[in-house]
Amino acid sequence: MGAAVCLGCAAIALGPAAALLLLTVAAEPLLLIVLVAGAFFWLLSLLAASLLWSVSVALGGWEDAALLPLGAAAAVLLQELCRFACFKLLKKADEGLAMLSEDGRSPISLRRMAYVSGLSIGIISGLFSIANVLADSAGPGTVGIHGDSPYYFITSAFLTMALVLLHTFWGVIFFDACERRRAGGLGLVVGGHLLASGLTFLNPRYEASLGPIFILTLCTGLWAFGTAGGSFRSVLKCLSCK
Amino acid sequence: MITFMNNSDSEEEPCNERTSLMSAESPPVPSYQDGLQASEAGEAQAHRKRRAGSSRGPNNIAGGEMSGSSVPVREGALENEEEELTLKYGAKHVIMLFVPVTLCMIVVVATIKSVRFYTEKNGQLIYTPFSEDTPSVGQRLLNSVLNTIIMISVIIVMTVFLVLLYKYRCYKFIHGWLILSSLMLLFLFTYIYLGEVLKTYNVAMDYPTLFIVIWNFGAVGMICIHWKGPLQLQQAYLIMISALMALVFIKYLPEWSAWVILGAISIYDLMAVLCPKGPLRMLVETAQERNEPIFPALIYSSAMMWTVGMAKPDTAARGSSQQTWDAAEDGREHLRSPSHAESQMSEARRSPVPTRPITALEELEEEERGVKLGLGDFIFYSVLVGKAAATASGDWNTTLACFVAILIGLCLTLLLLAVFKKALPALPISITFGLIFYFSTDNLVRPFMDTLASHQLYI
Repeated sequence: MGAAVCLGCAAIALGPAAALLLLTVAAEPLLLIVLVAGAFFWLLSLLAASLLWSVSVALGGWEDAALLPLGAAAAVLLQELCRFACFKLLKKADEGLAMLSEDGRSPISLRRMAYVSGLSIGIISGLFSIANVLADSAGPGTVGIHGDSPYYFITSAFLTMALVLLHTFWGVIFFDACERRRAGGLGLVVGGHLLASGLTFLNPRYEASLGPIFILTLCTGLWAFGTAGGSFRSVLKCLSCK
Repeated sequence: MITFMNNSDSEEEPCNERTSLMSAESPPVPSYQDGLQASEAGEAQAHRKRRAGSSRGPNNIAGGEMSGSSVPVREGALENEEEELTLKYGAKHVIMLFVPVTLCMIVVVATIKSVRFYTEKNGQLIYTPFSEDTPSVGQRLLNSVLNTIIMISVIIVMTVFLVLLYKYRCYKFIHGWLILSSLMLLFLFTYIYLGEVLKTYNVAMDYPTLFIVIWNFGAVGMICIHWKGPLQLQQAYLIMISALMALVFIKYLPEWSAWVILGAISIYDLMAVLCPKGPLRMLVETAQERNEPIFPALIYSSAMMWTVGMAKPDTAARGSSQQTWDAAEDGREHLRSPSHAESQMSEARRSPVPTRPITALEELEEEERGVKLGLGDFIFYSVLVGKAAATASGDWNTTLACFVAILIGLCLTLLLLAVFKKALPALPISITFGLIFYFSTDNLVRPFMDTLASHQLYI
């Protein structure tokens, strides 16, 4: 515990996101606005999910823990709905920008906006997952004193990092699927999200949850890379600095 | 609290509130006694600051004066370019305001979370005399509403007083008031803040060092804010004094009163700026009539400067970019909305432009565009986020949610500004979103997220 754990876990969880932010988004004002808008929509979806959860807990009378799988599934579906709302808004913005520009093309392509909206949802969801945990980790205490896993902080950090990256990839894939009206892509994104969320229910059996989630992240990353137009050849070209 | 984009006139224009400084009003500053009266002055300062933000709309009138003789053939070419420029730089304007608002909120939240002093209850302002320590909920609610009524009445009275002072040209009084209140903020509040921070981190500092530090900080601040100074230093000082003011409010406003006051003040802002007889609107109009600037020392200006390189002198569309703008006249940049800048500048500069030699093009020619936001807006945004950080049971999610809500509100306000092109109140949308998100996150989202986190579940 202490500053070392706090800073280390923060770097693990939010480091990739911060790097992506600084390198690709920070210089473009329009993308920063897309970032904040994406976060706002995610918050609305979370609000709706929490409302649903509170109502069902108040009405159902069951144990909180028993309703959790349903609450989590509802939250996932609402988040995907929010992603769809982002898509609609950004599509309109894209058309508006294209209309107003000189050469009929908007300055920021829809693909970039897809990536940034995915990143924004990832960042805000990661922050919401890990901010309180980090604040607690900076203070005194013993982890797992009641028999829980002592690896809570580090696994939380890795899970958050995976979620952030997953959201980014899902953003790209989702927007592309919506553009081309492919229900398969949509279904796989929603399915992947439900799978990722479901795998976290296997915590604290981390080998069962962390491993598959990272494999899922890798696969989704490759898929998003392909969707965005990348290929093995473009990687080689980039590496050889041509 | 107003946000507005400034139209600039050419330099030949008589001074108007967009192009030059005017002495701003400030409330009388009482001597500090345990923060109670400091808050009073701070309150009055908040008035000033709020009022400070409220200029805009002059470009309507100025535009009318100017465009009377505008060359019709230019208008078409200019329209398109104006729109594109507005759009292109619209996003930049938004970010130019996001950054200082974010910085102010970060300073306030960091202080609240680390320095205990600002979350301890040590009495209340004299503007909120009713205590909230009552056992019954109804009584507490009633007390907070009464506190709000008193506070808003004080604000209205002060605003009207200020408008009257301005109307009857008591500029020296206003100027002195303003200087006294900045003095108090820059020296006294900074001294208290520094003292509390040093206490928190248990750092010893001797009085001579403290004196030198505070003296330098305060003196440079006074110069930057009231006279000339580098733009970024000026912006930094304005952010710091807004943060200090917000911290005072967070400390001395009781909890429920703070929320009701935030709500009431956004309604007041809406009415004061938009109603025809609203004090802030009358202030703007009076300043317009007199062609004077409005309270530049109490407005955060985010002028952006860029160089226009090899512009052709004879094309109409580019005519406006020929201006060499003498930027920091008084340490304040003039902000212009692109659309009016083009037409006005091409008007006024039509004669000098053709005679300008080509070599002049290689000089650094700068234009500034930007948008201004009143310091009162900074203060109340930071009060909302700071209160969320202080009272939301140690939860960071609430603070984050309020932060995003305020930024989105600001973005929407700037969007409306670009559409309506007149002075708009910057508080209502942001504060409404902020309040909604605060209460909903604290009561609905927090239990949900806590339950998920305790089982290490991710959604």
